[in-house]
Amino acid sequence: MSDVKHAHNLAYDVELIRADFPLLHTSVHGKPLVYLDNANTTQKPRKVIDALMEYYTTYNSNIHRASYSIAERSTHEFEQGRAKVKGFLNARGVEEIIFVRNATEGINLVAQSYGRTNVGEGDEIIISAMEHHANIVPWQMLCEEKGAVLKVIPVNDDGELLMEEYEKMLSERTKLVGIVHMSNALGTVNPVEEIIRLAHAHGVPVLVDGAQSAYHKVIDVQKMDCDFFVFSGHKLYGPTGIGVLYGKRELLEQMPPWMGGGDMIASVTFEKTIYNELPNKFEAGTPHIAGSIGLGAAIDYLNGVGMDRIAAYEHELMEYGKQVLTAVPGLRMIGTAKEKASVFSFVIKDIHALDLGTLLDTQGIAIRTGQHCAHPVMKRFGVEATGRASLACYNTKEEIDALARGLVRVSEILG
Amino acid sequence: MTRSQAEKAADIEEAFSLFDNWEDRYQVLIDLGKMLPPMNASDKCDSNRVSGCQSNVWMVATLQDSPTGPVVVFSADSDASITRGLVSILWQVFSGQPVSDILEFDIDEFLDRLGLMSHLSMNRRNGLFSMVLRVKALAASAGVGA
Ligand SMILES: Cc1ncc(COP(=O)(O)O)c(C=O)c1O
Repeated sequence: MSDVKHAHNLAYDVELIRADFPLLHTSVHGKPLVYLDNANTTQKPRKVIDALMEYYTTYNSNIHRASYSIAERSTHEFEQGRAKVKGFLNARGVEEIIFVRNATEGINLVAQSYGRTNVGEGDEIIISAMEHHANIVPWQMLCEEKGAVLKVIPVNDDGELLMEEYEKMLSERTKLVGIVHMSNALGTVNPVEEIIRLAHAHGVPVLVDGAQSAYHKVIDVQKMDCDFFVFSGHKLYGPTGIGVLYGKRELLEQMPPWMGGGDMIASVTFEKTIYNELPNKFEAGTPHIAGSIGLGAAIDYLNGVGMDRIAAYEHELMEYGKQVLTAVPGLRMIGTAKEKASVFSFVIKDIHALDLGTLLDTQGIAIRTGQHCAHPVMKRFGVEATGRASLACYNTKEEIDALARGLVRVSEILG
Repeated sequence: MTRSQAEKAADIEEAFSLFDNWEDRYQVLIDLGKMLPPMNASDKCDSNRVSGCQSNVWMVATLQDSPTGPVVVFSADSDASITRGLVSILWQVFSGQPVSDILEFDIDEFLDRLGLMSHLSMNRRNGLFSMVLRVKALAASAGVGA
């Protein structure tokens, strides 16, 4: 089995990494799969698949409520998953790590719990023009309910936030800032530390949508000083159905539970229910046990390779990709921020994105086409849709070359 | 002499039978799309849209009299080339054809025979099915009136 301990002092060996991901060795239309839709979801290393398999084949049982051996083990492994997430984000404690289904649910939890208690009529919530729908709609719903106002930080033509505009928006009416760390549609990496510093100067908490950043960058929530941070396990080489909401303990403690049920209570009578402590207060019902275990295995894997090394390697790939792809005739890159990671969003001449995706597929190349759940940002750049190639730790320069060749071929076919 | 529905279907089937790889078959579709008569730009509006999302399909269909009885005539288009090819197939086998032929023609089975069914994304499939439904509904309404 190829669970290589990738020595930190050695050069990054992408072939060794690829060997850990079974799905990368599939073919499509008789051609080796070139998987470049990582911003959508990433493939899973053997270690994650094995952890899920082991759980279901050797110790599947419900957690927190039984006194027999396999249940003790599942409880232990489930909580280990949480401890690994705590380490991965550098949170202060495991009680700050709430398991949810995905980034989307994490944001909804904050909107429904923190938002509904702290936002009132005429109050303001600030987001940006490059948010994923997951960080737009929950706030719109809240604003609608409360009569609050959603403010949107504009972006420039490169896809960078206009920070002066943001500064002007902050006021005593601002109750929360929700900002994407790294844009799935443009690749822009936002200056979240600065955004947070400015918000905190007004006493405003900040939620960071880390769905895209968590698997590309080293995350340190203490250094960043965000109040909330969300990400999805499935983009971090882990299983679907598990996600994380990190929240500062002081905030989480003040917040009312969002959902009620088993596990989130300390005692229940028909007169009064006493809620459980953190993090269980926010985890009603049987959680995604296998999900936590699988996510823990993904984090072990990433720690084994080293997030810093992955970030450095991906940066090199990105720089290479920029050169190779901008040389494709007729290609216009959407999103050219100075601080950018792992995402190439583009249009070619007047080729429809769906045709692009369909024809690339015949060459075994998988990219995302469409609006990337970010209609407002597509509108901002005056495009109906884009093709998007997004990188992960296992992609290679050869794959980027294959994409460039593929794009030229598609242009010929449709020409 | 215009070709009958059966003849047109046979032509399309023959074009597809020449190729077994998908790049070439999509090329056939793209070429079929180029044979589709242009649609008035003003007709490509929301009220004529039969499906949206990843690609748009628009259609205007009318029931017309002909010396041999009522026919359904339509113009249609898509903003994506491959989808336009599929629209073109529907146009060839349905537009200007007698209502009885339209009602009898099993389009699902036909697309399946071309190998297209398993390759259509949900999005495209929904668009095509809504087109077919509209055409068949129009054809059926002629039957009722007669
Ligand atoms: C920036 C960003 N936020 C949120 C999400 C939502 O993630 P999920 O669908 O896993 O909740 C995504 C997924 O594409 C994303 O890219």
